[in-house]
Amino acid sequence: MAIIKYRDALRLAIKEEMARDPLVFCMGEGIAERGGSYKVTDQLYKEFGSERVIDTPLSEASFVGMGVGAAIIGTRPVVELLFIDFACLAMDQLINQAAKYRFMSGNQGRVPLVVRTQGGTGNSLAGQHSQSLEALFYHIPGLKVVMPSTPYDAKGLLKSSIRDEDPVIFIEHKQLYMTEGEVPDKEYLVPLGKADIKRTGTDATLVTYSFMTLKCLEAAEILASQGISVEVIDLRTLVPLDKASILESVQKTSRLVIVHEACRRGGIAGDVTAMVVEEAFYDLNAPIVRVTGKNTTIPFNLNLERASIPSVDDIVNAVQQVLQG
Amino acid sequence: MSSVALDLLQKMYELTYTIRVFEHRAIEQYRLGNIRGYLHPYLGEEAVAVGAIMALNEDDYVISTHRGHGHAIAKGHDTKLMMAELFGKETGYCQGRGGSMHVANLSQFNLGANGIVGAGIPIATGAAMGIKQKSTKQVAVSFFSDGATNNGVFHESLNMAAIYQLPVIFVLENNHYAVSTPVQSCVLLDNLSDRATAYCMPGYTVDGNDAVVVYEAMQGPLERARRGEGPSLIECKTYRQGGHHVNDPGLYMPKDVLDYWKSRDPVDLMKKRLLEEGLPEDSIQAINLRIENLIDASVQFALESPEPSVEEFLAEVEE
Repeated sequence: MAIIKYRDALRLAIKEEMARDPLVFCMGEGIAERGGSYKVTDQLYKEFGSERVIDTPLSEASFVGMGVGAAIIGTRPVVELLFIDFACLAMDQLINQAAKYRFMSGNQGRVPLVVRTQGGTGNSLAGQHSQSLEALFYHIPGLKVVMPSTPYDAKGLLKSSIRDEDPVIFIEHKQLYMTEGEVPDKEYLVPLGKADIKRTGTDATLVTYSFMTLKCLEAAEILASQGISVEVIDLRTLVPLDKASILESVQKTSRLVIVHEACRRGGIAGDVTAMVVEEAFYDLNAPIVRVTGKNTTIPFNLNLERASIPSVDDIVNAVQQVLQG
Repeated sequence: MSSVALDLLQKMYELTYTIRVFEHRAIEQYRLGNIRGYLHPYLGEEAVAVGAIMALNEDDYVISTHRGHGHAIAKGHDTKLMMAELFGKETGYCQGRGGSMHVANLSQFNLGANGIVGAGIPIATGAAMGIKQKSTKQVAVSFFSDGATNNGVFHESLNMAAIYQLPVIFVLENNHYAVSTPVQSCVLLDNLSDRATAYCMPGYTVDGNDAVVVYEAMQGPLERARRGEGPSLIECKTYRQGGHHVNDPGLYMPKDVLDYWKSRDPVDLMKKRLLEEGLPEDSIQAINLRIENLIDASVQFALESPEPSVEEFLAEVEE
């Protein structure tokens, strides 16, 4: 067991998978000698060569498309989009090609492509470099969406994603790269499609993912000091969604708060709310509460940026609200 | 005497004629209501797919466009399973889930037709990257038309194919129209192969109506690609013998230009070559009859094939 950073856990995952399978290779902007803007691929080109850790020109649409083609013929590309905001440049290849190839070919072809990217606020990078766009990919059948919150989950999920036969959008968070956590020395995998109860509780359920998981755990501590026991469920994978874990917890606590950094409109919280209302309405003792980002472009100014996304206080208040019924 | 052996010439003729007959029957079946949606016939362009694909090894990849039946047939696909796919039947190559614009057969290294103009170009480039990762001597061939050369991914992909020295051949089927927009209003070049220079790869412009010319044009680029020296662009000038799709009468295509290209009909040119090689007329008629019967049987197969099961489909959809 060792305590390592989230970004180092990701690097270990890539390194182990590249050592294990010679058909795994990486493409992205500045990932070779520069080691990636967030240092996730640091030094990998020295170990595996620039033929397998490939710097690309600023050609998102085409290098994602290249990932699709390379995957269809049986290799395992791990393509990095430097910012999830740049995914907008590659939408045809992600949505019309990668997501649909298996289905439209009548299951003849699989696309074992991983697109690694990062999103989220926190570095004053403003509107075009701070988005949380997971809902766009959540909405597209044929894509899996993974968003780990800890180094342990990051490593295990990235390894599983690379081994998955279908396209995975693997979304890291810029504020998580330097966070630390325990990671076993021995090899392990974390399966896609399985949420993780990061904290058990009895009075209310917090469903969340990515960076907001940490804020929810902070809120849970504050609430515990007020005598309130909160269960924190980290979804880890958005597609496929672990409905069973959510419903089991709602059955136990009868009160649900859903938290995400992404803006409210069309966000995952709306879909989870609808699902719980459809399948567990009579388990609820209070309306479901959503704590989400505001419907805004992320501002540059630090205070405005902070006001755009949920705070720990917002989460605490939401739990208190749901307890009032 | 042709530079190409008689048996290969005959194969080329057979494929050219098969595409021709298949497309005509597909149009007929579309008008009867047995094929729905979009149908983009490859009529008039047969020589490009046949000439290019006959130069390939069986395990070389191709990827094409929304106008993809010709490439599929040239790759050796079973016309019964193709027609069934166009009919949306369970027995089609894609189990009725893809249709005309997405016909694919991975077992014959056809990565498929594609409904998004230009989208096959980066995918083919990626297949070439995959080939390089696997260290095989395969090549990927990307078919696209003049319209696609103005899409961003064309430029990005040619650039990356060159910098990574990828084994991909870009076959540009210049049929002079993007739907109804003439190429000269989209590009100031006479020869689109000039664009190859910008990406530091060899570019060629050839007569796309003569399958033998296209076949010969592929030889150098294939050797170059297999030697690991990188990509090439081959522009094949050709012309549609019809509108953009089955419901487009192509009224914007000037009659005199269309007549010129019809006077150089790819099927007629191949037939002429066979006659010049000494194959008797009635042998060619026998070939034609065999092919017509094959396509008849393909239509029959498609008509008699079952629809895909809705229950099975619903059981497979994501939660």
